Amino acid sequence: MHMADALVSPAVGGLMWAVSAGLIGYSSKKIKEESDDRKIPLMGVMGAFVFATQMINFTIPATGSSGHLGGGMVLAILLGPHAAFLTMVSVLMVQAMFFADGGLLALGCNVFNLGFFPCFIAYPLIYRKIVGNQASRGRMVTAALIAAVMGLQMGAFSVVLQTVCSGITELPFAPFMLLMQPIHLAIGIVEGLATAALILFIWKARPEIMLAAAEKRPLGKISITKVALGILATTLVTGGLLSWFASSKPDGLEWAMFNTAGLEELHNRDQALHAFLDDLQGKTAILPDYGFKSTAEAPKNEESPNWPAVDPATSLAGLVGGVLTLLASIIIGLALRRRKTQELE
Amino acid sequence: MANIDSGFLQIGRMDTLAQGKTWLHRLDPRAKLIAVSVFIVTVVSFDKYTLSALIPFFVFPAILVGAGGLPVRFLMARVLMVAPFAFFIGIFNPLLDRQTFFQMGTIAVSGGWISFGSIMIRFVLTITTVLALIALSGFNGVCLAMEKLGAPKPFVVQLLFLYRYLFVLTDEAIRMVRARSLRAFHSKTMGIKTFASLVGHLLLRALDRAQRIHLAMCCRGFDGRVPMIKPMGLDWKAVAFTVGWCGLFILLRFYNLPLKLGALVTGWVG
Repeated sequence: MHMADALVSPAVGGLMWAVSAGLIGYSSKKIKEESDDRKIPLMGVMGAFVFATQMINFTIPATGSSGHLGGGMVLAILLGPHAAFLTMVSVLMVQAMFFADGGLLALGCNVFNLGFFPCFIAYPLIYRKIVGNQASRGRMVTAALIAAVMGLQMGAFSVVLQTVCSGITELPFAPFMLLMQPIHLAIGIVEGLATAALILFIWKARPEIMLAAAEKRPLGKISITKVALGILATTLVTGGLLSWFASSKPDGLEWAMFNTAGLEELHNRDQALHAFLDDLQGKTAILPDYGFKSTAEAPKNEESPNWPAVDPATSLAGLVGGVLTLLASIIIGLALRRRKTQELE
Repeated sequence: MANIDSGFLQIGRMDTLAQGKTWLHRLDPRAKLIAVSVFIVTVVSFDKYTLSALIPFFVFPAILVGAGGLPVRFLMARVLMVAPFAFFIGIFNPLLDRQTFFQMGTIAVSGGWISFGSIMIRFVLTITTVLALIALSGFNGVCLAMEKLGAPKPFVVQLLFLYRYLFVLTDEAIRMVRARSLRAFHSKTMGIKTFASLVGHLLLRALDRAQRIHLAMCCRGFDGRVPMIKPMGLDWKAVAFTVGWCGLFILLRFYNLPLKLGALVTGWVG
């Protein structure tokens, strides 16, 4: 469920980046304060472990399909939330860069969906609460299962929100959510079972690791209010800043709300917001003539009843020009390559 | 996620590509990281019905791949491998958005197909540039660039560790998977019990390894920093690269080059 760059708008991507960067900074500060210098190599090796494990598949009984470990919950249980979050960010980064899973801009979204929820919500609020002070086999298994399922459900919901807010796809909120949540419930159960099985194995083989993980919790106490306030503040600041330059399409959410709820009131507000942003854009634009909306291809969203009649000549021009530019790009690339091979010879 | 053998080969291949000697490889990774970031933000900032204005952006990955001497087929295979997600989310657009967008002769093209095409173009553009960035700078280069640009130190150091031990642990995992496969007559099914014990042992080895690494590092006087031999100095080339590309992206963002070019050509023909 990695978000892809192609599906996020800069406003959503930028906002999630800002939030994730804030969390990275906060977690790094916590790790530094802890000044346990064993932790950093441990995090690196554990990250490599999660990365390697994600490529090992096990068979899901009676279905013929296979699943793998997500890793967020295992990391949180063994390393604590802050270190687990940073490690998860690194794993996602390696995946984004080497396997092109997701992308650079969508990395902020992916970190939030797959790192924040398991480490800062599911682990402290679900796993820790269920396990309590006396770790026992049954409790740990139940806790790991429930926390993994819940973490993934929150992540999947967040994917839906981010996609709909970006407004690149036509998917309306409700059906998309109804599609995503059950799929990820199934994935979550499989992941929860794998997490629980792994935890159980460690508990049997080396109980002291689990006990140590359960005990040394100077880092187990994270203040959720602080994190929440931080996120809220970044959201407001970046949301405000980004909606300025993203004004070409500020209406993903409103559009979705209007389409799924059909509320006329929202639509009116949408118009008002549009008028305001258009006005703002008109005043702040450097190149007003080349503004986003003056290009023939970009249809104005305000037209609710009819589609704009696009001039076929412009479309043809766009098509011909597009093909020519693409050819030019390829030729430049090839020419550079040829020159390079000649140099080598 | 890929199967473990091919996944391992792929990281290895990317790492080998980063050892190249072209001017793009030698360029300060900060310049490449900034240019790629600006590129991605510009590409995704277009309206969802944009097609032609996105095309000129292909020049950036084309030059990175061409001048960097990167294997096109390998990169394309990577792009195709991750295409399904964007494809399946995007394919709903033609189903949901059926309003005719423009008429081309007798063919009516709906808005949904236009936005679907736009998603796929964005997808190819963003993925190829990110892959090219790694193949030209290497993971360590990108990490150092991030540190110089202000990423927190503990984060970057553990990232470098992760990358270093990625190869070691994946290698170990491959050996374990192969050993199981040989003893199970190459059976493809691995039950959750076997999985848990296999991965569990891998985890225990990883934890022991982390402890040994830590002790070894303490013996060598580790103070929380990973020193680098390759110095990074900003030279005029890096500055020119960043400023030049970013300027071009912003220009192309506001100026639809293919449309003007096409108008010129069709004007001649007509």
